[in-house]
Amino acid sequence: MAYKLIGKDYTPPDVLAKVTGKANYAEDMRADGMVFCRILGSPMPHARVKNIDISEAKKVKGFLAVLTADKVPSFPPPNNPILNNEPRFVGEPILAVAAETELAAAEAVNKIKLDLEPLPFVTDPLESLFPRGPEARTNGNVANVRLKLQKIKWSAKDFASAGEGQLPMGKPAEKWQFGDLEGNFKKSDLVLDETFVTAGYSHHSMEPRSSMAYWQNGKCYLFGSAQSQQFMIFGLSRYLGIKPPQLVYNGAFCGGGFGSKGAPYAEMVIPAHMSKLLGGKPVLMRVSRAEEFAFGKGRPGFQGRLKVGFRKDGRILAADLYIVHDNGPNTGFWDFRNAGSSFSIVFQPEAMRWQGISVLTNTPVRGPQRGPGENQTAAAVEPIIAKAARELGLDQVAIRRINAPDNNAKYGAKQGPVTSAYLKDALDKGAKLFNWDEKKKESGKKNGSKVIGVGVGSAYHSAGAAGFDGLVRITPDGKLHVHSGAGNLGTYSYADTARAAAEVLGAKWENVIIERGDSRKGLPFVLGQFGSNSLYTQTRTNWAAGLDAKAKLQEIAAKELGGAAGDYDVTDSKVFNKSNPSKSISWAQAAKKAIEMGGKYSGKEMPKDINPITKWATASIAGSGLVGVTKDKRPKKGVTPGLVTAFVKVEVDTETGKVEVLDHVEIADCGVAVHPASLNTQIKGGAVMGYGMALSERYVFDPKLGMSLNGSLHESRPQTILDIPAEMTVDNVGKPDTSNPVGAKGVGEPVQGAATAAILVAISDALGGHMFNRTPVVPDMIINAAAGRPQSYKPLAVNTQ
Amino acid sequence: MTEYFAPDERFLPEDFDFEASAEMDEKPINPINELARTETTRRTFIKGAIASGTAVSAAGFVFRGAGSGAMAATMKPKMVSLSINGKTRRVDVSAEETLAFTLRYKLGLTGTKLGCDRGECGACTVLVDGVPTYSCSTLTQSVGKGQVTTVEGLKGKDGGLHPVQKAMIDELAPQCGFCTSGQIMSGVALLESNKNPTRDEVRQGLSGNLCRCGAYDHYTNAVLRAAKEA
Repeated sequence: MAYKLIGKDYTPPDVLAKVTGKANYAEDMRADGMVFCRILGSPMPHARVKNIDISEAKKVKGFLAVLTADKVPSFPPPNNPILNNEPRFVGEPILAVAAETELAAAEAVNKIKLDLEPLPFVTDPLESLFPRGPEARTNGNVANVRLKLQKIKWSAKDFASAGEGQLPMGKPAEKWQFGDLEGNFKKSDLVLDETFVTAGYSHHSMEPRSSMAYWQNGKCYLFGSAQSQQFMIFGLSRYLGIKPPQLVYNGAFCGGGFGSKGAPYAEMVIPAHMSKLLGGKPVLMRVSRAEEFAFGKGRPGFQGRLKVGFRKDGRILAADLYIVHDNGPNTGFWDFRNAGSSFSIVFQPEAMRWQGISVLTNTPVRGPQRGPGENQTAAAVEPIIAKAARELGLDQVAIRRINAPDNNAKYGAKQGPVTSAYLKDALDKGAKLFNWDEKKKESGKKNGSKVIGVGVGSAYHSAGAAGFDGLVRITPDGKLHVHSGAGNLGTYSYADTARAAAEVLGAKWENVIIERGDSRKGLPFVLGQFGSNSLYTQTRTNWAAGLDAKAKLQEIAAKELGGAAGDYDVTDSKVFNKSNPSKSISWAQAAKKAIEMGGKYSGKEMPKDINPITKWATASIAGSGLVGVTKDKRPKKGVTPGLVTAFVKVEVDTETGKVEVLDHVEIADCGVAVHPASLNTQIKGGAVMGYGMALSERYVFDPKLGMSLNGSLHESRPQTILDIPAEMTVDNVGKPDTSNPVGAKGVGEPVQGAATAAILVAISDALGGHMFNRTPVVPDMIINAAAGRPQSYKPLAVNTQ
Repeated sequence: MTEYFAPDERFLPEDFDFEASAEMDEKPINPINELARTETTRRTFIKGAIASGTAVSAAGFVFRGAGSGAMAATMKPKMVSLSINGKTRRVDVSAEETLAFTLRYKLGLTGTKLGCDRGECGACTVLVDGVPTYSCSTLTQSVGKGQVTTVEGLKGKDGGLHPVQKAMIDELAPQCGFCTSGQIMSGVALLESNKNPTRDEVRQGLSGNLCRCGAYDHYTNAVLRAAKEA
């Protein structure tokens, strides 16, 4: 289909503010009479607060108030508390102090005397599963979202029966299975059984999660750092103990989240509670880099094991995957579940069992990070697939192609359908662009201490949801306002998806105004900006709202000019009679008429099935123009997968352990590219993050103290511009997903996992098939492996090595 | 408490010491050279800042980390004249105050971002006499007569956007945008000293600026485009 806007590059409206310094992030907010608060974080990984002595703090000039856990709403365990009298990780906020200056607040924090009773703590999940091992909480060691807090211990026999360096597989918290697992293992020509570890690591968003809040006339005005906008409202209201209409939320800019700021989080409301305590005074809480590391979330580590059976042509007949998931101390996120579902779609095993357990540790709170679970799985599994290819004498691309999902693919425990899958096409396109057949001949080629390796790897994330709301408005000046409930996380999805509404109405882009970033602007409820969903989800909602507005324009034209609504069509700025185009009215006239007519035309009446937030939004703009508002009811049968495959050539220096990526080709299966420039930078940016996951980023805690040993940016080594190749080649398959009105699918997450996987496969290739079964692969591991020396890390240890 | 919006001359205290200000103006121009000359390492700089206490008069913000030992004011702030974006700005500055702090919290120039506040990320990069400088690790009093340029002070020949800013838009260089000001300042500084850089020179020029979104390729393309179009 020929589009006017979809598939074309353009400049999203917020870019100008970003290049001129005018983009205001939460820490840039100022208000008259603003005061400051600072957090007192726990110095211990697990402790009970026995007494808080604030007598000296109160004497600091400018001191205003102390906010403690008993003054804020609390939630049943294992939810993330706002403030906590039983802190469960170093840096967890215990209390906050407000003062007239930030300096005074910091000084008062220093003068608070805490009496802490140290409690047992644990940094490694397996230790907690060990009989009589320490537990992260006093009332349990296993929990997750929809997995109640409980105590699970494995027996000494479970541990003893696992082979040397192999993951013991005691009682899981959850499991599923499909197909004849045992039968298919028997039928297999090759069975591999590999234990692996993927390290957790911090999100390290560039903007620490500062926030500012004040209260006025019973309403809380909150300026925060979040990926999402309207999705934040319900959860933040809950954290604030108010009803959603009492919250005005502004999240116009967000300095990166990568999953850690996708959903409402507890720390954001601390200044709001403090403000309430101070009669509504504006309170700014600036979060430092060290605090961001402490409570800015991180990716869970995995200790896992995969037994996988192959037919001699490489087809996977059976897979048995076990994941021990390092959940941090609270609710965490369900990476371990995504491990099972992502394996099932990327490799389409004929039979599979997944087992998982989400174990609590006294390490930073975990949250979803770009491809949560899917990307760890890609990193852990792809080198094992590569090993199988070597043992079966198969080409690395061929073994992936024979297992890759297509439109008949099955997904997850229930083996449900997909809306589209073109991973085979991505592999073909990538192999061609990379020149795989030629480059693989360079494998093992030596130049002094440097060895060439080539690799390929794929990753998956679901790429869209259905059933949310769209809201558009044509005002009497003839402008189309697309009301976007999306946040501004840096992917430009808020603007890219607005183009779907403009497209369906034939609007010229310069006549479109995007309303966003402040809940007072009348913004509909949509899913948050996470999970690679926005592009798909909100092209649907905006397309639907655009169609609703179009129908109303046609009806108004028919009423004004005679005939039936169907006699009219819509183009930029006017509604015209199809058989006599000179018979037309302008959008401006139609908008005025809609206001006169009222009812559904001006938003005074609205569908009953839309979300309450969309209802308030519609009510707030009702009567100001022609309003299109609807829930997205387009059918969606099955999971919509975003699939990506990457090819890399690396040079591994066996003397220094340095890995240099020489070539990188990455191909996405993400349907139609709605905004090619943004897709390009998403793929490359995800790959850069993937380099960090493969080569440098990991949590390291002192097991005796529970403190982080590499909390700073410098020590934890996110990738710099010099760590990546000078050029990367990226592209997309470009086959539309027909369940989306513009054929689009999301792709922001698997772009990382594919890059990580390909690099790990390539390193293994350079080292003659050496299996690290561990991420990241850091220089000393490579030096040891190349020299045939034993590794310095303990097999299976996560978080401490 | 509205001072920190833009405490310009209107906020000068009555006992403003012009002589002390003039003395400040005699300080060496380039803080990097000055730091090198006096062999002041970052470590001694931090130690000095902590030991002398943090005295913040005009603004209520504290710089650096949580509870880092910030204690009550022991040193009197000095009024200094700074040259910021071509204008003279007079501002009360304490000895241990960083340039990022002065810019963001006293002069209202929030385009300069603080990502780490400890010289790791480069989000706070500004130009001092054309040299890209981490403003979070530069003492304001050491700037002296140095010409400070922030992202707000960039201009093209036509008075509009600077070519690097324009190219950043055309290449869709920013993602989240938080590191963008710093990337732009490093790019501008590079093109001042090297009008026609190679791709690798651009990468070197931007290597002090971390971007967690990983938008490096687009930032590089933007600087190359600016070089071509300038």
